[in-house]
Amino acid sequence: MAVVDTWPRRLALGVLLAALAMLPRVASPLVIEVVSQAALAAIGALALHLLTGMAGQVSLGHAGFLAAGAFSVGILAESGWTSPLVSLPAAAVVGALLGTAVGMPSLRLKGLYLALGTLAMHYVVLYAGGEYQARWGLNTGISVPPLAVGSLRLRTSAEWYYALVGAAALATAACLNLSRSRVGRAWIAIRDREVAAASLGIAVARYKLSAFVASAVVTSLAGALWAYQRSFVSVEAFGFGVTVEYIAMIVIGGMGSVLGAVVGAAFVTLLPYAIDAAVAAARGAGGAEYYLFPLKFGAFGVLMAVFLVAEPDGLVGIWRRARNWVVLWPLRYRPLAPLR
Amino acid sequence: MTQVFASTLVLASLYALVGVGYVLIYRASRVLSLAQGDLMMFGGYALFAASATLAVPPLVAIGLALGASFAAGLAIYVVLMRRMAGHPVFAAVLVTVSVGILLRVVVVLAYTDEIRHPAAAMAIANPPIALPGGAAVSTIDALTVGAAALVLTALYVFLRGSRLGIRMRAAGERPLLAAQRGIDFRGVFALSWALASLTGGIAGMLYATNVRLEPGAGVIGLRAFAVVLVGGLDSLGGVLPAALLVAAVEVLTVRYGNPLLADVSPFACLLVMLLLRPWGIAGTREELDRV
Repeated sequence: MAVVDTWPRRLALGVLLAALAMLPRVASPLVIEVVSQAALAAIGALALHLLTGMAGQVSLGHAGFLAAGAFSVGILAESGWTSPLVSLPAAAVVGALLGTAVGMPSLRLKGLYLALGTLAMHYVVLYAGGEYQARWGLNTGISVPPLAVGSLRLRTSAEWYYALVGAAALATAACLNLSRSRVGRAWIAIRDREVAAASLGIAVARYKLSAFVASAVVTSLAGALWAYQRSFVSVEAFGFGVTVEYIAMIVIGGMGSVLGAVVGAAFVTLLPYAIDAAVAAARGAGGAEYYLFPLKFGAFGVLMAVFLVAEPDGLVGIWRRARNWVVLWPLRYRPLAPLR
Repeated sequence: MTQVFASTLVLASLYALVGVGYVLIYRASRVLSLAQGDLMMFGGYALFAASATLAVPPLVAIGLALGASFAAGLAIYVVLMRRMAGHPVFAAVLVTVSVGILLRVVVVLAYTDEIRHPAAAMAIANPPIALPGGAAVSTIDALTVGAAALVLTALYVFLRGSRLGIRMRAAGERPLLAAQRGIDFRGVFALSWALASLTGGIAGMLYATNVRLEPGAGVIGLRAFAVVLVGGLDSLGGVLPAALLVAAVEVLTVRYGNPLLADVSPFACLLVMLLLRPWGIAGTREELDRV
C-alpha cells in the first residue's frame, strides 16, 4: 500500500476503518441506512470521477449507466435468473457495451457535443427500460429478490452496510491505485492537454474509450447493487436529476480528486438528512413538511452554484488550504515544491 | 394528413421559440444554458402569478409576465453567469443547471407543485379552429405559430439591421476584438440572456395557457435542445428547419408508433445528427476539430 505512505496517514486510515467497522454496533438504524446510501453513492461518484475527473470527458448520461445496471438485474430477475453470480457480471457486460457505444462518439466529439450525446444515450436507455416495463405490464416497476449467493444472504441493513461500505472501500482503493498506473496517468494527460498527450505517444482514442468503458462498468455495477438494495427497479428513479446529483458530488467534493468524489458523495447524500434535522430542531415537530422538499432541492442548487462560482476545487480544496496553513504555520507561503 | 402538418407546425413553433434562446446564449458566450426549459416554465408561472394572484386584466398580465421573463434572464446573468467568465465552459453549464433548480424551487415555494391553468385564471376561451381537410387546431395553437413567426422575424431584423444587433453578432464572433472596438460585451451578454429568457418565457406562456402549468414543464426545454443541436448550436437560421424536422418526426411517431417512443424521438434525431454531421444543419465546424 504505497498509497498510504506516512505513519500518520496509516494511523488515520486504521482509525477510519475501525470506526466504519464498529458503526453498526453503536449507531441507530437511520444512521446505518444513510451511511450505506452514501457508500453506494460514492461508488457511482468514483466512476464518474474516472471519466470526468481523470480523463476529462464530460458526461451528462451517468443516470443512464446506473439505470442500465439496475435494469439488467431487474430484467434477469424477471426472467428467472435471480443469482447475483449471473446478474452482476451481466450488468458489468451491459455497462461495458453501453460504455463502448457512448465512447465511440467521443473519438469524434468534444466538450458540449459529447455531453449532449451522453444525454441522448440516457433518454434512449430510459426509453428501453420504460418500454420493457410497459410490454410486460410492470408499469409500477420490477421487483428484485434479495441478494443471495448459496447460504450467504443480505437482508438486514447492517449486512447491507458491510457489503456497500466494503464495495466502496474497494472502489476507492482501486481508483487511488489507478491514478498511479499507466492508464491513469494517460487519462490525466489527455484531460490536461490532448494534443500534448498524443504527441507523447499516448493512444488517445484507445484511452478515451477505455475511460468510458471503465466508468460505465463501475456505474452499471453500482446500479445493480442499487437494484438489489432497494429490491425494486423503475425508470422513474433514474431521471436527469440523478445525473445532476452525481455531477454535483464530484463538483462539491472537488473535481479530479478521489477523496473529493467520496467526500462529495457523502456530503450530497447527507445534506437532505441534515436539513431534516435542522428544521426539526428549529421548529419542533410537524407543520413544515410541505416546505421541506423544495428547501432540500434549493439548498442543493445553491450549494452547487456557490461551489462552482467561488470554490472550484471543492471541499477538498478547502481542506488542502486549511492543512497547508496548519503545516506551514507560522510561515505564510508554500515551499516551491508543492505539498501533496 | 392536414392534421399532421398542423400539429407539426404548432410543435415546431414551440420548439423554435425555446430553441432560439439556446442559440442566443450559445452564440454570445459559448455556454449551453440548461436552464432554458425552466425559464420557459418560469414565464408560464409569471403569467399565472399576474393573472391569478395580482388579478390584473389578461393584456396587462401578459405584459407583466414578459417583463418578468426579461428581468429574470438579466438577473441570472448579472448575479451568476457574469462571474463564470474565465472558468471552464462546463462549470458554467453546471451553473445553469443549478439556476434551473433554483427557478423550480422558487415556483414550488410560491405555487406548490399542483397543476395550474392560467387560461382559466385569465378567463380566456380557447376554441378550436377548423382547417380545410378536416383538421383542427386550438386558437392558442394558431397564436403559437404566429408568435414564433413574429419572434423569429423580429430577431432576424434586429440582428441584421440594428446597431445593437450587429454589436451582438460581433461580440459573439470575437469577444476580444469586439471589446477593443469599444463594444460593451458584458452588456451584450446580459442582453442575450434577457432575450433568451424572453423567448423562452413567451413559449412557456403559450404552452401554459394552451395545455397546463407545472414545475416540471421544463422537460420540453430539454427536448428543444435536441432541436438546437440538429440545427447547429451557433446558428439561428438552423433553428427553424431543425424544429420542423424534429417536430415532424415526433408527430409521426405519436401517430404511427407509440407515445413512449415519441418522447425520445428528439434525442434519437440528436444522436443521428451527432453521428452524421455533429455541427448541425447550419452550424459552423470551428470548434469540432477531431482527434
